Amino acid sequence: MKKPDFKWIAVLLVICIAMLAAAYGIFQYADRNINRGLDIAGGIYILLEAVDIEEGREDEALEQAVTIIQHRIDELGVVEPVIQRQGDRRIRVELPGYEDERTAREVIGRTAMLSFMGPDEEEVLTGEHLEDARAQRNPRDGQPLVNLEFDAEGAQLFEEATARYLNEVIFIYLDDEVLSAPVVQEVIDGGQAQIHGIESMDEASELATMLRSGALPVDLEEQEFRMVGPTLGERTEDIGIWAAGIGFLAVILFLVIYYRAVGVLAGVSLLFYLALVLGVLTGLNATLTLPGIAGFILSIGMAVDANVIIFERVKEELRDKKTMLASLESGYNNALSTILDANVTTLIAAIVLFALATGPVRGFAVTLFLGIVCSLITSLLITRLLLRLAFRSRLMRSGNSLGVKLS
Amino acid sequence: MIIQHRKKAFIISGVLILAALFSMAYHMVVTHPGSLGLNLGEDFVGGTVLEMNLGEEFEVDEVREILQAHGQEGASVQRVMVEEDDGELVDEGVLIKTGIMGEDARDDLVDSFRERWEVPAEETRIESVGAAVGAEQRRTAIIAVAVALVGMVAYITFRFEFNFAIAAIAALVHDVLIVLGIFSLLQLELNEPFVAALLTIVGYSVNDSIVIIDRIRENIRYRSKKEYPEVVNHSIMQNLTRSINTSFTTLLVLAALMVGFYVYVGSFDLIVFVIAMIIGVIVGTYSSIFIASPLWLTLKERQFRKAAQGQ
Repeated sequence: MKKPDFKWIAVLLVICIAMLAAAYGIFQYADRNINRGLDIAGGIYILLEAVDIEEGREDEALEQAVTIIQHRIDELGVVEPVIQRQGDRRIRVELPGYEDERTAREVIGRTAMLSFMGPDEEEVLTGEHLEDARAQRNPRDGQPLVNLEFDAEGAQLFEEATARYLNEVIFIYLDDEVLSAPVVQEVIDGGQAQIHGIESMDEASELATMLRSGALPVDLEEQEFRMVGPTLGERTEDIGIWAAGIGFLAVILFLVIYYRAVGVLAGVSLLFYLALVLGVLTGLNATLTLPGIAGFILSIGMAVDANVIIFERVKEELRDKKTMLASLESGYNNALSTILDANVTTLIAAIVLFALATGPVRGFAVTLFLGIVCSLITSLLITRLLLRLAFRSRLMRSGNSLGVKLS
Repeated sequence: MIIQHRKKAFIISGVLILAALFSMAYHMVVTHPGSLGLNLGEDFVGGTVLEMNLGEEFEVDEVREILQAHGQEGASVQRVMVEEDDGELVDEGVLIKTGIMGEDARDDLVDSFRERWEVPAEETRIESVGAAVGAEQRRTAIIAVAVALVGMVAYITFRFEFNFAIAAIAALVHDVLIVLGIFSLLQLELNEPFVAALLTIVGYSVNDSIVIIDRIRENIRYRSKKEYPEVVNHSIMQNLTRSINTSFTTLLVLAALMVGFYVYVGSFDLIVFVIAMIIGVIVGTYSSIFIASPLWLTLKERQFRKAAQGQ
């Protein structure tokens, strides 16, 4: 019997160590950067629906509502909030890491209110009387400003106020925020006023939108509300990691007991597989959710499938008294079409779920899809490479290394 | 071996399917009209889930009293684990499921808990789904399952001979019905992730059937009709190790997840879909061995008999 070929053994070892190191690096990277869904990171999800909007105005009203909500959420200091239109009449709000549900709802739900206050904190005029608000540039110096137009009653109130506070400051508030605090230089009649001191034209039109919609309330009704406290979410992730770890160890143990030395190599590529899925998930900025974690854990079990199919094939070929390398090649070739056919159906399920589902279940579809693709890549390419090296180096040279007893 | 016993397998599966249909029909008429006899959760019919940390041990009856005062007699109350600051798990959490509650009603209820348990009482999870969204999600779920089934059936029919397709599809329907039947029988609550579980089961079941069918297709070449039963038997046996090994590893990881949740959360509430997957994997493995291939053989033999009669 020929001696083991140490050159090939060295290559095999280097590849295995490189894969394990890469897997370790990817795990670290994924842990830091993966996008955690609300059910894991904790946070709030609200689906609002506009009720009783004037027909034909839905689009405008909803766009405005989104802008207002965005502006208000900024007050909460939430990192990466999502405020999006969904369909014709709905707005979806996601606040990762935020758990004060009452404040969140209150801040979103209230109607933007414009008010003019005298220096003595007395309200002189409110947004009720606002007819229109438009962003424009000051014809004199080109600075952005918002032009306000009041209705008849508002015009009169404004005239009285400017007369009363002549040479004093009038504060213009939107909700609790001072938008501008101009000094009244003359009595203003005709129901026109301007807000100066705005930094950019974009800001001016956003403000104008808010003022117009503040004057035109859109009634938003809660359709769906979800809140997960951060500790529960964290615990969910811990359990997921724990289960993945236990499951992985059990699978490795099984592979090694059943397929001996070959099982060890399958274990190395399975670990690499896990890193690959997590790395791709992180790279694609996909969201990890609880069903996603379940899908991931499920895929550990299923990733073994391709390996098992192939190893069983190789065993059969060995029983037919073929050489190790020849058995490996024909085992792989025979198993290939079966493996592809078998996985297409699960891919169909993943694609359908991705197309139709929302939220956490969509996260499941993504992990399921990536899990299948990555498991095909690792079992068809990487495990095969490792086995070829192991067989070529004569490190594994009999059926024993696959757990086959040849008579 | 397996082929000789195929009649028994058909009978067992037939009985299981009948039981599943019976349970679904019974619960559809008696318990939940119009829901296929399944216990649909808040994702599909609307409803509110409130999980709170009460900060001390409590009596379930006391929680019920508060719920009653808010007109929520029908609510379900469950004790769950919460984590203390030092990481220790204590069963001071309560999981409440009520009908659809608006924002204000929900706030009032939470306020009552806060009055009784003062500061520690805090919400750890809220899920509140309105009737309209529930109905939409129900519709989407049905469409998703239907589209996936049609897609898989189309793929199998395109890739395999007609009789193989019928056999694989029968195994698939068998698995789905039995899983639904068990869920109906136990009245486990289904939410959105269950759809994901169901489609995975379907994928898994078909996957399993295809691996064996592929083997039969390969082994059957150049064989005479008389040898068919033996070939099918041999193909199943060749794949038996694989079927069992793969199912075993999959069950291992799923069981780890389920046990983990039960120990740390004290409720299966969040992972009912994992239970569905576990049942699905077991049933799927069984059907790929005892239903799909034997059924194909039965169909094939009938075809041969017909051909012989026609001659």
